[in-house]
Amino acid sequence: MKHLKLTSFALLAFTLFSCSNDDSGPVNEEEVITTIRVTLTNGGNTITLQSQDLDGDGPNAPVVTVSGNLDTSTTYLGSVEFLNELENPAEDITAEVEEEGVDHQLFFDLTNSLGTITYDDVDDNGNPIGLEFNLVTGSSGSGTLTVTLRHEPNKEASGVSDGDITNAGGSTDAEVSFPITVSL
Amino acid sequence: MQRLLLCVFLLSHIIVSAQYSLKGTITNENNVPINDVHIHLGNKITTTNSEGKYSIENLIEGNYKLYISYIGYESISKTILITENTEFSIQLFPSVTNLESVVVSERIMKNSTIDNEQKINSETIENYSNVTLGDALKEISGVSTLKSGTTIVKPVVNGLHSFRVPVISDNVRLEDQQWGVEHAPNFDVNAANSLSVLKGASTLQYGGNAIGGIVVIEPISLKKDTIIGKTIITGASNGRGGSISSSLTKGTRKGWAWNIVGTAKYFGDREAQNYVLSNTGNREQNFSGNLKYVQDNYSISGSYNFYNAQMGILKASHIGNVTDLYNAITNQEPYIVEPFSYNINRPKQEVQHHLAKLFYEQKLNDFSKIDFQYAFQFNNRKEFDVRRNSEDERPALDLNLASHNFQTNYKYSKESWKFTNGINFGYQNNVANPNTGVRPLIPNFDKFDFGIYSITNYKIDNSLKIEGGIRYDFSRIMASKYYLKSRWDERGYDEDFSQFIVEDYGTQWLTKPTFDYHNFAGSIGFNKQFHHEINWLFSIGLATRNPNVSELFSDGLHHAIGQIELGDLRLQQEKALKINSTIRKEWKKVTLEANPFISRIADFIYLQPTGFETTIRGAFPVWEYNQTDALLTGIDVSGSWIINKHFSYSGNLAYIIGRDIKTDDYLIDMPPFNTTHSIQYKNEKWNNLLLGLKSETVLKQTNYPNFNFETNIVVDGNLTPVTVDISSPTKTYSLLHFQAEYQFSIFKNKTLATAFSVQNLLNTNYRDYLNRQRFYAEEMGRNFQIQLKFNY
Repeated sequence: MKHLKLTSFALLAFTLFSCSNDDSGPVNEEEVITTIRVTLTNGGNTITLQSQDLDGDGPNAPVVTVSGNLDTSTTYLGSVEFLNELENPAEDITAEVEEEGVDHQLFFDLTNSLGTITYDDVDDNGNPIGLEFNLVTGSSGSGTLTVTLRHEPNKEASGVSDGDITNAGGSTDAEVSFPITVSL
Repeated sequence: MQRLLLCVFLLSHIIVSAQYSLKGTITNENNVPINDVHIHLGNKITTTNSEGKYSIENLIEGNYKLYISYIGYESISKTILITENTEFSIQLFPSVTNLESVVVSERIMKNSTIDNEQKINSETIENYSNVTLGDALKEISGVSTLKSGTTIVKPVVNGLHSFRVPVISDNVRLEDQQWGVEHAPNFDVNAANSLSVLKGASTLQYGGNAIGGIVVIEPISLKKDTIIGKTIITGASNGRGGSISSSLTKGTRKGWAWNIVGTAKYFGDREAQNYVLSNTGNREQNFSGNLKYVQDNYSISGSYNFYNAQMGILKASHIGNVTDLYNAITNQEPYIVEPFSYNINRPKQEVQHHLAKLFYEQKLNDFSKIDFQYAFQFNNRKEFDVRRNSEDERPALDLNLASHNFQTNYKYSKESWKFTNGINFGYQNNVANPNTGVRPLIPNFDKFDFGIYSITNYKIDNSLKIEGGIRYDFSRIMASKYYLKSRWDERGYDEDFSQFIVEDYGTQWLTKPTFDYHNFAGSIGFNKQFHHEINWLFSIGLATRNPNVSELFSDGLHHAIGQIELGDLRLQQEKALKINSTIRKEWKKVTLEANPFISRIADFIYLQPTGFETTIRGAFPVWEYNQTDALLTGIDVSGSWIINKHFSYSGNLAYIIGRDIKTDDYLIDMPPFNTTHSIQYKNEKWNNLLLGLKSETVLKQTNYPNFNFETNIVVDGNLTPVTVDISSPTKTYSLLHFQAEYQFSIFKNKTLATAFSVQNLLNTNYRDYLNRQRFYAEEMGRNFQIQLKFNY
């Protein structure tokens, strides 16, 4: 009799806790950045650099496109956009980066002295974020422009507010290298 | 005549007086009459009959000394005044020493005598009151630890860990989410009375997949007819925190017994020699309780354990991509060092584990008994990652694992034979909270288990015992997982597993993979006692382990270690053949034990780096679950020497070589050669003063596979090729620990023991090869610790 009681209790508990889960649909991946778009404008001339990775952390590599060549000795107004196109509609992450500007900074590395980049925006502490910048091109040549978004960098470290990533620390949220050609 | 009259008078007086008698019934604590109880009244002796009755006639008026005794029971001694026919019935209660022996035989019944069993007792466990189960187990020779920082510690037995080393607590297999090296067993070490590691046939009772061995935790046992309490307060300088653990144990003569244990821990950031290990604090609140009712023929018990822990993960170990990993390894300095704090920020883990158990045992006759056990476990694991949006409080991983297990065992023991047979049914359900905004590493799944086993012991003579067992298990895993179509195709699943696809969600497939596994396991061994105190244990066993859900289904970025981990639906079971031998020799003052072993594991599952994947975050190394054939050989040696009345020495060493037979290379993450030596001074006259010095030496692992990889990172704007050194083992290190203990007697029967200890006395700088965070920071530096143990 006792055994029977115990068994029935076990069965009862078994059914109570066996909450079968119905599928609630795939997870909206919100931590993923799929797209970085850098826009460089000089008057009516706009050049777009884009890296798009539509499977997020999946196996496919990002597709990098550059809409055209830059002109020599020209000042471009630059801006950077971040999107998560896995969500529908696509989520604009740029505003979030700006809002949390204190915890984010973009770094730009341009090879072969193709030009110089200076920040054109500041966070609440007066340090640069890098969503807006100026690019002054030099003489002709080709190389890469690497854009890195660091999360929780040490903005007070030496050189960091001037755009030197060496002492920045933190962790990388995005990193893309665009092929750049500067021509006459 | 006068004399005659006197004689008649006296005689008549005696005759008259002699009419008195003493009668009664003697019963045990359960009111069952006891046969053959020895009764002494004055100079008269008698015993009880089968109904527990006795009677002593011809007593004259007067005071008599009554003495009742029965083996295993507390004796009764009292003076009794006889002035008329008297009845004296009494209940006897088992003596404490007898209960001890019951406990001992119970142990032998439970765990085998053939097993290579190494055990640590409650006194040693007390020293580990404020740390983890894994740390305490390290006391056992051959057990190392695999760590993720200071608070996430899991045991490694003979080079194997996680699912290969199940943890059995109070006869229940802990079902927590122990996939992954950064998941420690969810158990409060204070609720353990003893810890042991078993490697023989008796492991079959708990499952056929204990390829490495099993960790058996015995709860605090209840054996006295008293109430006893214990409180341990520990304070530590490193982490600037402490713990308090209290337990209360009560037993009654009627067979009732209960026990409760509560523990709280609170620690801030740990510190290495030169810097604060930021975000390495932890908290724990644990409770366990059990209630038991033991009678001659049956016993019933219920218990509940609750484990609740919050653990910070070293902030510097959260990396973004391979560039960050390269920088961390190259710089040898943590990225982030902040001032000391008690705060636990992201990344962190929060784990809750509930374990409830009901147990019933019925004695069928003198030789056999049957038991039934139902255990319910619920494990909730939350892992909080650094989110892009720091306002977002949600965890990145939120898993709810519910496990039910029903088992019944039949035990038979007569003369030289002993049989243990059992069946178990298990059901497990895992739900990954979909509201995390992060693709879950572990999918939703249901798992059914059925197992049946049989173990036989046979005692050939007093010096030779043999033991053998077999077990069969069936498991079915039914998962529900969304795969990115790109991943599904890249893995080649489109060709092999298209039958699992149930729905199309644009860029993702909803799949419902189902896997069935049949497992056979067996073991045979003997224990031979030679003259000259030499004992030889030998066992040979076959164990099989199913791939676990993380090995099958992992798919994506593991943020904490900055790598993409990929499971494989094609993985087969691991099959291990292991030979274990222990030779033990005891001299008068010296004991020496050697345990060589060899284990051949077919289809050994391990994580192997296979290349790169580029995402917008940058490049990540890809680690895939792969299978190979492995050969593990090693030896554990331990010894002790009582030098004189005050001094004693103990030491052990462990060496293991793990080979990948297929590629003729070494296996990754094998514990390096390590040895400990300790010397103790003890003086009972000086309030049990105890002074101890322990040295711990871990050599550099020279047998390791080279999984280093080349990658391009941006240096001064240019992509530059570099080698990321993830393989090179850490350097040899030696640590020194000191311990002192002193006892105060405060009241009668109440003692206060104080202990002072220093870990890493010389504040040595070191990194541990088996710590996943060795790339990011050094190990903990010197730690002063004070402990107060109050028994009442």
